[in-house]
This record gives sequence, C-alpha cells and structure tokens, in this order.
Amino acid sequence: MLSLEHVSAGYGGFQALFGVSLEVRAGESVAVIGPNGAGKTTLLRLISKLIDPAEGDIRFEEESLKSVPPHAVVCRGIAHVPENRRLFPRLTVEENLRMGAFTSRKKFEQRKEVVYGLFPRLKERKDQAAGTLSGGEQQMCAIGRALMSGPKLLLLDEPSAGLAPLVVQSIFELVRRICAEGYTVLIVEQNIRQVLKVVSRAYLLDAGKIMLSGSSEEFVNSKQIQKAYLGL
Amino acid sequence: MEIFDIFLLEAVLNGLLLGGLLALLSLGLNLIFGVIDVVWICYAELIMCGMYAVYYLHVQYHWPLIAAMAAAIVMVALLGVVLHQLVIRPVLSAEPINQLLVTGGVLFFLQAAATLAFGIDFKNLGVSLPPVRLGEMSFSAARLVAFGAALAGVLGLYLFLNKTYLGTAIRAISQDRAVMPLMGVDPGRVFVITSAIGGALAGLGACLLVLQYDVHPAIGLSFGPIIFLICVLGGLGSMAGGLVAAFVFAQFISVGGFFFAIEWGYVIAFAFFIAMMFVRPQGLFRR
Repeated sequence: MLSLEHVSAGYGGFQALFGVSLEVRAGESVAVIGPNGAGKTTLLRLISKLIDPAEGDIRFEEESLKSVPPHAVVCRGIAHVPENRRLFPRLTVEENLRMGAFTSRKKFEQRKEVVYGLFPRLKERKDQAAGTLSGGEQQMCAIGRALMSGPKLLLLDEPSAGLAPLVVQSIFELVRRICAEGYTVLIVEQNIRQVLKVVSRAYLLDAGKIMLSGSSEEFVNSKQIQKAYLGL
Repeated sequence: MEIFDIFLLEAVLNGLLLGGLLALLSLGLNLIFGVIDVVWICYAELIMCGMYAVYYLHVQYHWPLIAAMAAAIVMVALLGVVLHQLVIRPVLSAEPINQLLVTGGVLFFLQAAATLAFGIDFKNLGVSLPPVRLGEMSFSAARLVAFGAALAGVLGLYLFLNKTYLGTAIRAISQDRAVMPLMGVDPGRVFVITSAIGGALAGLGACLLVLQYDVHPAIGLSFGPIIFLICVLGGLGSMAGGLVAAFVFAQFISVGGFFFAIEWGYVIAFAFFIAMMFVRPQGLFRR
C-alpha cells in the first residue's frame, strides 16, 4: 500500500533521513521505533508531503506522491495525527471533527457516529472547546479527527507522548482497537515496550537510518533491542 | 422628560448607531489580522475606493443606487484579493514591521492614485434621506440604514464563520496554520477567500459611509485611525472584542460630544484609548 524507496530528507542544511526504505501493506499495523531525534516525525511529515524528499520516492497505492501538494494527500486516503495532537483549541470537539471531514463533507454525519461510537467520551464533550479537554481526551479527538476523512492509511505520531502512565495504557488499547477495526496504521513511538504489543511489524530508526526490521516478536526477542531500548 | 435628558438619550442612541457602523468597519480589519496575521493599515483606503465606485457608478453612469453599491462591494472584494496576491503574499513570512510598512505604502499609494484619478474636490452622492423623528428626538435616516446594514453584515459573517465548513476553516487557520494541510485545506486558498471577504466588508462599509459623507482622496485618514484603534482596544484579531470596543468608542464620541463639544468627543475617546493601553495593553478581549 505504502512504500518508501531510498528516501533522504532534511530541513535546510540539516539532513534527517538517509536512504530510508520501508513498506506498509494493506491491513497491517506497523511501528517505527527509535530514540528521540532519530527522524521518526520527519518520516511521517514526509509521507504527508509537509516536506519534500531530497532523494528517493514515496509511493501510495502504486502512485508516486512526489508531485502531490500537501493538502491533496488526505484525498488520496492518508490521514496524519501529528505530534502533540495539534487540535484547534478554540474550536469545539465537533468542529474539530468537522475540519477532519473538510474534504468529504457528505460523509460527515455518518462518520461522526462511527467516531462517537469508538470514543463515547467525545460525544459527551462535543460542544466543549478542544483546548479544555484532558490530554487523553485530546488524543482521542485528534485520532477521531483523522478518522473523519475515511483514511485508508492512518499515521500516528507519538500518541502516548505527554500523557499520564494510566492514560498511556488506554491510548494503546484504543490503537489496538483501531488496528482491529481493519485500518492500516503506521505509528511512530518512543514507548517501545507498549507499541510492540499492538503492532504486527516494526522498523528501528536511529540517526536517520533503518537499523532493523522484523515482526514484533522478533523485536521483543532481539538482543539488540532488549539491551539498547527495553533495558533488559 | 426634561429637555436635557431627551438630548442625552438622543446622544446615547446616536452613539449606538455610530457604534454599529464602527463595529462593521472594524470587523474586516480584525478578520484579516486574525486569519492572515497581517494588519491592513490601508483598510480605510479600500473603503475610500468603494465610496468612489458607488459615486461614479451612480452619479456619472446613472446606475441605480443599489446596483452601484452591489458592484462596489464586488470591486472592493476583488481589490482585497489583488492586495493580498501582489503585496501581502510576498511578505507573509517577513517581520511584522515590514508588513506594516508595506501596507502603509499601499495607503499612500491609493491616496495619491485617487488624487490623480479623481481630483481633490469633495464629491457628494446627492442622495438625501429625510430625518426620522421619534418623539422629540431626531435621527439621520442614513445612520439608521447604516446601523441596520452593519448589524446584518456582522450577523451574516458570524453565521458564515460558525455554520459553514469554509468559515470553520477560517477560524481554524487562525489557531493553527501549519496543521491545515493535514485537513486537506490549502491555506493559500483560504487566505485569498478571507481577503475577498475582508474587501467585501470594506465595500459594504463604503456603501454606508457614502450615504453620510462626501468622498475625497484623504477621507480614509478621517476614520482609518479610529478603526485601527478600535481593533487594538478590543484586542487585535478578536472580533468580539472589536464589536464591544466599537460601541464603547462610539459612546465616548457621541456622549462626550454632547456634554462638551463635538470635537471634545474625539479627544476624550483617544485619551481613553491611551489610558487603556497602560491598563490593558493586550486589549479588552485577549485572543
């Protein structure tokens, strides 16, 4: 469904990714793990075309995204939940969802019910300004907003960042449910132990390069991962 | 009622009418700043262009007044788009002071161009509506019309911003511009639409002002500063703040003018503005 082929990218003079190749197949849930500053967020920004690749190609459903402008990516079927959620704080929950459905307005009512079914808490707070929600509720709202576009591929950038430990548990439970619903998910996370329980495959990104790839079990059992990232 | 009380009530009501008009005039400037983050310091000069458009279409080309006004609104809306594309877009990421200076340049450019094209004499639409009497009080019909149209404009914009996808996107973009592409929204397109709406509001303001005032190339200077100060007083970019500030300002002008002399009304209003800048520099409503 999605494939990156030897992609390099950066900001100005700073190069963040070096010849990264990865693949996500339809129906799969894939994680990209790695330490702070490894280039995980850059990778997702690249897929959403918020930045352009310097080298290599990004293909989605057999078509190159290279010449697609950033605001047209969502119409192709890619929804991106950005780092720090980035809700519109002074819009209500429902208005945030409405923005998520900007490109598919006719489906708004139908998808809204799906999202409220997935996150009943959001329905209770639908007329509340998004900035007044708790961290966990904001993350639900951000994921709900992304689902409103009816995506084929969902990109999640550190959904557990900045949340209390108890809330982190419930967010990963939600991610697991979304994967089970049949969405194709690409998730980047620092919380390696938790995310490996949710996804089926993973890549290790460090210093802008893919260091390792394999199934979640292979990752959990890998000596390299255990020693460097799981503290075992 | 004592005659003094009646005159005072008349002054308060006239202040209310003026407040409605000032509220409409400040709305477009606030919208532009709130969404695009650039102050159109030349906003009143766009209004001046609209006033000339109504005058020439109606007086020289004998268009019906309503048609002339509708055309003027469309023309100023287009002028807003041209202003954005030619002048604002290149300086979108420049320092705020440079953005202010470049729109200041447009202010004097439009003034000079209007002098060149239309001459310096005062032009009167020649439409005079009879005063409306209410008991012993008398109000200008032009002011009543302006008040009604201003309220309709404010309400229309409110409904647009709150009830439509595009309007919600305009509010959203003022809160987080960088995330908009992820919603499938092209921020550049929203900026152009917002500029057109800001221009159309200036055009509507022009239609209402030209009923009451003669048009000349420097007319922008007589109310441009008031519009700008109202926006600052309300909290630049806060439309609700702008509305409240417009009515406060208008009462200072009208009631202050009643107690002393009409010139005093403006002196008191501006003194109040300066004092408020010490007390609440962020404006009445912080954004």
